[in-house]
Amino acid sequence: MLPSDLKPEQFNGYPPEARKLVSGYVAALRRLPLSFLPSLLREAIEYDFKFPAERRAIEKELSNLDSLSAGQLSDWMQGFAQIRISSQLEHSDWINAPAQFVEQLSSYLWTTHQLDAFRVAAVAYADRLRGVIPPEKPPVPRLGITIVGRGVTASDTPLFRKLRPHGAYFKAVKPDNGMQLLLNVVAARAKAHPIPYAHWYIDGGQSAVYDPALTAVSYHALEPVRAVLSAKIRAEIERPGMGPENLRTVLAQLRPADLGLAKTGDAVLDRFQVKMLTEGSGTQIFSTTFAQWTAREALRRAQPLTLLVRFAPRQRQKPMNEMLSSSREVAELDPLGSLIDADMGAYYNWLNLQRLPGAEQSSFLVWFEGHNEAIAIGPSLPRGTESTAVTGLEQLLNWAS
Amino acid sequence: MATNGAYSPFELARQLAWSRRDFLRRAAGVALGSSLLPPGLFARTGVPVSKRKVVVITFGGGARDQETFAPEGQENIPHLMRELIPQSAFFTQVVNRGILGHYVATASLATGVYETINNFASLPPEHPTVFEYFRKDLKRPASDAWVVAPSNGFNRIGESSHRSYGPGLGAKVILPKHLLTAATSGSSTDYEHLLRDNYETPFYTPELGGSEFELQQLGNMLKLSVDDFKAHALTLSSPDELSVYIVRQLMRQVAPSLLWITMHDIDIAHAGAYSLYIDGIRRTDRLCADIWKTIQSEPEYAGKTTLFILPDFGRDSDDDSGGNGFQHHRTGDALSRTTWMMALGAGVREGVVFDRPMDSTDLVPTLGSILGFSASLAQGKPIPELL
Repeated sequence: MLPSDLKPEQFNGYPPEARKLVSGYVAALRRLPLSFLPSLLREAIEYDFKFPAERRAIEKELSNLDSLSAGQLSDWMQGFAQIRISSQLEHSDWINAPAQFVEQLSSYLWTTHQLDAFRVAAVAYADRLRGVIPPEKPPVPRLGITIVGRGVTASDTPLFRKLRPHGAYFKAVKPDNGMQLLLNVVAARAKAHPIPYAHWYIDGGQSAVYDPALTAVSYHALEPVRAVLSAKIRAEIERPGMGPENLRTVLAQLRPADLGLAKTGDAVLDRFQVKMLTEGSGTQIFSTTFAQWTAREALRRAQPLTLLVRFAPRQRQKPMNEMLSSSREVAELDPLGSLIDADMGAYYNWLNLQRLPGAEQSSFLVWFEGHNEAIAIGPSLPRGTESTAVTGLEQLLNWAS
Repeated sequence: MATNGAYSPFELARQLAWSRRDFLRRAAGVALGSSLLPPGLFARTGVPVSKRKVVVITFGGGARDQETFAPEGQENIPHLMRELIPQSAFFTQVVNRGILGHYVATASLATGVYETINNFASLPPEHPTVFEYFRKDLKRPASDAWVVAPSNGFNRIGESSHRSYGPGLGAKVILPKHLLTAATSGSSTDYEHLLRDNYETPFYTPELGGSEFELQQLGNMLKLSVDDFKAHALTLSSPDELSVYIVRQLMRQVAPSLLWITMHDIDIAHAGAYSLYIDGIRRTDRLCADIWKTIQSEPEYAGKTTLFILPDFGRDSDDDSGGNGFQHHRTGDALSRTTWMMALGAGVREGVVFDRPMDSTDLVPTLGSILGFSASLAQGKPIPELL
């Protein structure tokens, strides 16, 4: 089936809000090439479970496509129109399973050597879209905080090497009560700017006590979910004929209730957490990977005003199948390796913060938990500098903002 | 999706090659090479074609310059920087235009054609492999071409499904992890650190088919008892160390003329733990030097062997928002496609760096020129700087 044959009732299988949204744009969707449309539907079908920033982005994108004349649309879609699609893909259920279509399309593009052309088309489209729908500036400059090194008593590892050229490195930070102090700062911002999903606390271990105004995710709290997921993975891989692509499809179809998350929870956040575990690579087994990937996705999708990420020690490396096992034995931890993971994770948190609108005004702090080292980056802080002055974390945040 | 300013992928690849060249010139003291080299370098070694040997090491899962050749990464590859690169001809811009999955990319390296087989299926390459050209053209016995690979998914890499080549004409394939599993009957927990799964698809181990090396041949061909194998394995720390141990045995006992080793420890990066990725780079650096030392010390190899070292492809850059930095190679960006190759040993001019673009499919025709066979169906071209 081709997009030109689309009818409104074909979206009856979509969740209610997604159905309502898409049904209003069927005429616009009919004009899009098959190499493009399922990517858009993949986002739209999840509309009911999207964060507010994502919802606004989808609405604006659909509205823009609807507003284009035939000539303009042809120009916008020129690159995608040149992508050849197999008849097998054409006959797949891309309306109700757009994510699976996109996955199969990706494989098809690789094997037909069309990936580069698709990539060029996608970049051109995204650039154009940004041109007509300017990114929303945040109501207040964003703040990112990353805490690394939990459980490390001493380390010779030189920290923040990738971040130092971008900010001021402090070597005599007062660590007292640091975690609580930073949580208080984050909570105060959440209360001053009470916007849904705008203030996050992600913990790679067990959460500290936090203000309910925060959107919170922790690796420890998801332990029962991870156990159910591991059991499902093991059961799937033992089935004859199960390969990695089939498994990926099965995982993508898992919903919060399938993994034991209560139906009374926050449906948007629960769906997000499940995606972290079913779509992230390594998030099921390494807490450092979980914290970094969750921060990346929270920044990309929710575009928060405030993000506090605390890394915790991950389990020591073992064979993958063993790490995925349901053993209740206490895992041996690797605090020093986790510190190196977290140091890189902090850099990625900063990079991903820089990709959001208003990046030039945002501030960022990384602190080696319980120790005297921190780096602060902000519009008013000098770059590539070092300080040995005795300083509190609150003072660093003031300077960075 | 982020764009890198106004640069095209080609320009990005060229810039990458230039910066790699500059790092090497500063840190390893190599000179910029020219393609206008004296002809017949290999001929001057005095090693007749029939006596030449080639060892190829590929990494399944490349490492980025910032963790290797750039100033901040050189601490991770001391052996490459101080020992191997000064003795090598180094190619800074090897572009992989194919599918960036490890099995299919390694199959492409081994056939000289960008293969399009399913990366996750137990399938042979569709085009003749270097091992088949070598054996058929030169009428070499099966014992003269070997592959040592870490992942069970590589068990079909030794010979293609091509109708003019295929079964019986390829390389023998050793999967050390498979051997160890068989030797321990899959029961011992002492070896689990050596049996790590494929990092790209950690949940999946394909059933073996093809002509993988059988356990009883440990004793027959490698002169290694199962007990000795198990005892030595206990002293090792990673699957690649196990592979290199088997490689040494193979070189001593069988001395094949064409030996291909793939390593995968670096690919732990897919699990997202940066420290483990760095550990993998450091281990691979050490193991490459170990193999070079073995080549130089084994009488069957010393003075007549050319060693090639190359990743199958790179990893995503930090700058591309479509990826997640070092963790994967999914974006298809210039950094994930542009890698490097070094050649050292017999017939190779030492301490030179070449930054012209070349294809990863050029390897097989080059091996053909060195060993004296024609890779007639390969897409690549022989590398003139090595001939």
